[in-house]
Amino acid sequence: MTGFLLRRAIGAAVTLLAISVIIYVVFYAAPGNVAQISCGPRCSPAQVQQVADQLRLDDPLYLRYWHFLQGIFVGQDFSTGTAVQHCDAPCLGFSYQTDQQVTQLILTKLPATASLALGAMVLWLILGVGTGVLSAWRRGRPTERILTAITLAGTATPVFVIGLLLMIVVCGQLQWLPFPQYVPFTDDPEQWAWNLLLPWLSLALIEAAKYARLTRASMLETLAEDHVRTFRAYGVGERSIIGRHALRGAVAPVIALNANDFGSMFGGAVLSETLFGIPGLGRELVHAVNVVDLPVVVGMVLVTGFFVVLANAVADVLYAVADRRVVLS
Amino acid sequence: MASETAGAGAITASAPVSGARQFWRRLRTQRAALVAATVVALLVLIALGAPLLALIEGQDPNTYHPHLIDSARGGVPVGAFGGAGGEHWLGVEPQTGRDLFTRLVYGARVSLGVALAATVVQVFIGVTVGIAAGLGNRWVDQVLSRATDVIVALPLMILALALMAIVPSGFPRPVLVALVIGLVAWGGTAKIVRAQTITLKERDFVAAARLSGWPTWQIARRELLPSLAAPVITYASLLVPTNVTVEAALSFLGVGVKPPTPSWGQMLTAADVWYQAAPQYLLLPAGTLFVTVLALTVLGDGVRTALDPRAASRLRIGTGRKREAGA
Repeated sequence: MTGFLLRRAIGAAVTLLAISVIIYVVFYAAPGNVAQISCGPRCSPAQVQQVADQLRLDDPLYLRYWHFLQGIFVGQDFSTGTAVQHCDAPCLGFSYQTDQQVTQLILTKLPATASLALGAMVLWLILGVGTGVLSAWRRGRPTERILTAITLAGTATPVFVIGLLLMIVVCGQLQWLPFPQYVPFTDDPEQWAWNLLLPWLSLALIEAAKYARLTRASMLETLAEDHVRTFRAYGVGERSIIGRHALRGAVAPVIALNANDFGSMFGGAVLSETLFGIPGLGRELVHAVNVVDLPVVVGMVLVTGFFVVLANAVADVLYAVADRRVVLS
Repeated sequence: MASETAGAGAITASAPVSGARQFWRRLRTQRAALVAATVVALLVLIALGAPLLALIEGQDPNTYHPHLIDSARGGVPVGAFGGAGGEHWLGVEPQTGRDLFTRLVYGARVSLGVALAATVVQVFIGVTVGIAAGLGNRWVDQVLSRATDVIVALPLMILALALMAIVPSGFPRPVLVALVIGLVAWGGTAKIVRAQTITLKERDFVAAARLSGWPTWQIARRELLPSLAAPVITYASLLVPTNVTVEAALSFLGVGVKPPTPSWGQMLTAADVWYQAAPQYLLLPAGTLFVTVLALTVLGDGVRTALDPRAASRLRIGTGRKREAGA
């Protein structure tokens, strides 16, 4: 087990390093004046020159990347013209447009994104896996056909469309809920939940469709296997076969997909956050892209990559704990 | 001897034809896929014939009609149903009075055009990287596979969004959007192609080509590509609906296709505040987007079933009632 954990951790670290190299090269070696882009369109030539010094644009690319990596592990100093700001590790850079450290910015936006992602995940797992199990159980019957049609419609609906329609119907026409307005959990847990209900629901409805299809497909695959036939021959009931044996076949793919989705969502559910005005990482990224705040954009993408890799590693370990055969292979 | 060569030539020439014919036959048996294919064909026709349709209606997508707007009521279109009628078939946009029908129809051009172009880019990069990783030595494979892992790990939407920050602004916007979507989502194709290439590499016909001293690129082009067609087409057909959604999402966020070029995602953003006064302004792009993505998804599923007979038989086993009765 220790060997497996170690191997998995090293694998994750290598992937993260690869991500950082690729992201850095793509964004900082892009054609065009990097200093001008980083500084933003409203910078004076003097400021651009300062940013160019700061980013050490005269150095070769690998040295600049090394410097960037140093910032992440040991911190870095930034001069803002008049004063020197120390950026503690993990330092993801400095936004020249807002005079703010990227790490700081991300930390302030993280709670909103985490709230959205956690609640939505719970909902989509319940809805998705539940629907999948139900349609595998009721296979060939009208229930399955209806569920399949609904999930197909779910996979074809973009999240901003369902979110927009939900908001208009629930908040605008029926007035069951006020238009969502983010309230931090630490301020008022009850208001936090009420205001996140609609964003959770719209994200979960779309995601659940994917999980329902995946669960159903994996369960049907298991149901067609020989060992299930043997169970049936021994007189094991349908309920037990579905609930205990077929469902087991769906565990691995669902964990894998969920890790990926959850990790990506931590990088910001860009569309839902923008639509519902949730001040999270996704909305910040959209803003940073619109004003071309390059250090923020790069920092956000890196953090997203970090969460995806982390979630995948955790999923692997979870699955290995659940099924000891994995460790051996 | 002569007849033998002729026979071999006939076989190689007729093989792909019969494959395509079999594919159509299998696709035709699926009613849902057939309906979806019809809808997609219709959408493509609408997109291609957008100028013609605009000509028939007698409108164009970018002309403002201030006289159709009731400025006293905050910019709502004059008349019932958002000003729909013989002049403007689906009414006009609030505030600007631009014709909705032509904007929707031209939006289909952007939506489908960007999605297809992005798919072509994805398939091109994916196949190239996949074959290179599969045929290359250990180092080439390691580097390319790592890069593929990274591109697969990072969320498509976030990467596409981030890239929109650094793309040059001089290019036509739809081309840029297609390129960006293509550049961030080739990972899946590359993985499939690499896996297929590695299995195919061991097969006799590739070994024979190699022994005949063919250069690697020629082996890739003449021996591997035909065998890769089925899995690549399957995967690509499911990429198209995703690309439609991503384009709409980027435009919805305001970083994709820029005004005045009409795009469905952009219309949704603008329609957000008008849902009470002009609901069709919101529902039309939302509905069209939904139908498009749904039709493309169903068609993609159909293509997969048609190209992979195992998928069909497996599903039949899984859903068959006979099996349940027999058990």
